[in-house]
Amino acid sequence: MTNAAPALSTPHAGPAPLMRRILLQGRYETLTMIRNGEQLILAVIMPLLALVGLTVTPLLDGLGANRVDIATPGVLALCAMSTAFTGQGIATGFDRRYGVLRFLSTTPLGRTGLIAGKIIAVLAVLVLQVLVIGAVAALLGWHPRPEGWLPGLGLLVLGAAAFTALGLLVAGTVRPEATLAITNLLWILLGALGGIVVPAERLPDLAQNIVHFLPSGALGQSLRDAFLHGSVSLPYVLVLLLWTIVPGAAAVRWFKWN
Amino acid sequence: MRSPESPVLTIDGLIKDVGPLASLDGKMLRVVSGLAMFAERGQITALLGANGAGKTTTLECAQGLQKRTGGRIELLGEDPDTAGANLRSRVGVMLQDGGLPPSARPIPLLRHIAGMYRNPLPLDGLVERLGIDTFSRTGVRRLSGGQKQRLSLAAALIGNPEVLFLDEPSAGLDPQSRQIVFELIAELRDAGMGIILTTHLMDDAQRLADYVYIIDAGRNVAEGTVADLLSHGHEAMDGVTERTLFFDAPAGLDIAAAIGDELTITESRAGSYAIAGTLTPQHLAKLTAWWAEKGIMPASLRLEARSLEDVFLDISGRDIR
Repeated sequence: MTNAAPALSTPHAGPAPLMRRILLQGRYETLTMIRNGEQLILAVIMPLLALVGLTVTPLLDGLGANRVDIATPGVLALCAMSTAFTGQGIATGFDRRYGVLRFLSTTPLGRTGLIAGKIIAVLAVLVLQVLVIGAVAALLGWHPRPEGWLPGLGLLVLGAAAFTALGLLVAGTVRPEATLAITNLLWILLGALGGIVVPAERLPDLAQNIVHFLPSGALGQSLRDAFLHGSVSLPYVLVLLLWTIVPGAAAVRWFKWN
Repeated sequence: MRSPESPVLTIDGLIKDVGPLASLDGKMLRVVSGLAMFAERGQITALLGANGAGKTTTLECAQGLQKRTGGRIELLGEDPDTAGANLRSRVGVMLQDGGLPPSARPIPLLRHIAGMYRNPLPLDGLVERLGIDTFSRTGVRRLSGGQKQRLSLAAALIGNPEVLFLDEPSAGLDPQSRQIVFELIAELRDAGMGIILTTHLMDDAQRLADYVYIIDAGRNVAEGTVADLLSHGHEAMDGVTERTLFFDAPAGLDIAAAIGDELTITESRAGSYAIAGTLTPQHLAKLTAWWAEKGIMPASLRLEARSLEDVFLDISGRDIR
């Protein structure tokens, strides 16, 4: 054992710059997410299965010119829900359990940096998902309207914001085991009946009336509008904004760090 | 009561309520109730008390992890509730439960945390010093308690802090880790760091602390150097025959087989023994003869007429455990 460390004679130099701290945390969280097998299944494999499944079955027939054009926007919406809600929610729930959030908030990163890092990680994983799903969909013959990309990507980010707020609200208020159960269950329910991959008109009557007000339905429908018709429907944007602001404010108010 | 000139940490009249709790019919529970303390540079200040005395809550209020209900806290001249990244970069924190992500590996994790500081300590030296190089390829999830504690200490030190908070630093430490950690803490103190630790182990406080606050039910009930506290009520010590013999030796020894069972023999941690009661020269002769016969050489040996444990019992009227 040597006396090499710690060299305490050096004067204290303070924290690294804010942007550097946030980007470091974003990179760290991104790598943690994509190295986690279960997260990867949820973020990439399940959406791919949904894409292929909807393309080879007649479920969406009659809603548009070809199946893959109707299926792909909904699958992209599903990706946002996987990463921002279920994936980030579960990861944050367990970080809270193990005291990781408390420890990191004592470092120069702080609570704000921690949240910013999580948002970066969600966006980074979302970019990877769009690339993978977009490439596979193109192979299956996806032809999105070119003018649909700009509003489509914007809506995807807004949807990710809403689902991140919801995920953090759940993760910050209940035990991690409950977060795991709630976010997985909601992923299945909203995925199947929330108007996300299966358009509202193919759902049972009861669900049809509700899904337009759900973040899943609003994101799925608005992405289909964008990529199929190149149009943006303002009501859905408002629904997504509400689902961002209300759970976001609730998370700020009730999130428990320990 | 002392009042140092430039303390790194001042806590005055700290009050912390938690709740409302269903177990108290929806009322708040006061876990810290008027606590006051100082900590100085180049000193190890210990908060000693039983579990639930309010030590961790006090520390978390000082670290800005919990908002206090009342009172004043000044850490390096700032209020931890409103301070920013600059204060946090000057303060290292080792939490009781570690706070390390289970899926991480030690070296990338330390490198990541180091990135949060403009001028962190060199990683290699710290890693070698704490023996982290011996388990650097193992994920946090699979580390032993002692390895986790050493990694947590490294994470708290990587930013080269001026003030170091250690919440129960010897929890889960095996004798070897304990030696490494205690030596480093003492060295950091000598180099001028202000160190504040909590412990419910008398032995820790006695071995490490320059100044001790005894905490009970959210208040400080006694304070002083270890020597001060041990001489507390010393005038009443004449004629006292009660003594405690502390020693470290291999774990699991059957001491009663050597000296009989009229004394209280405890092994508070594996290999860390205390024999308390009316110790006589005959007891010592029997014990040392038995050691000689078994070929046991204790790593440490200490005889005291009084222990911090006794002081605590006197003051709070209850056992520390």
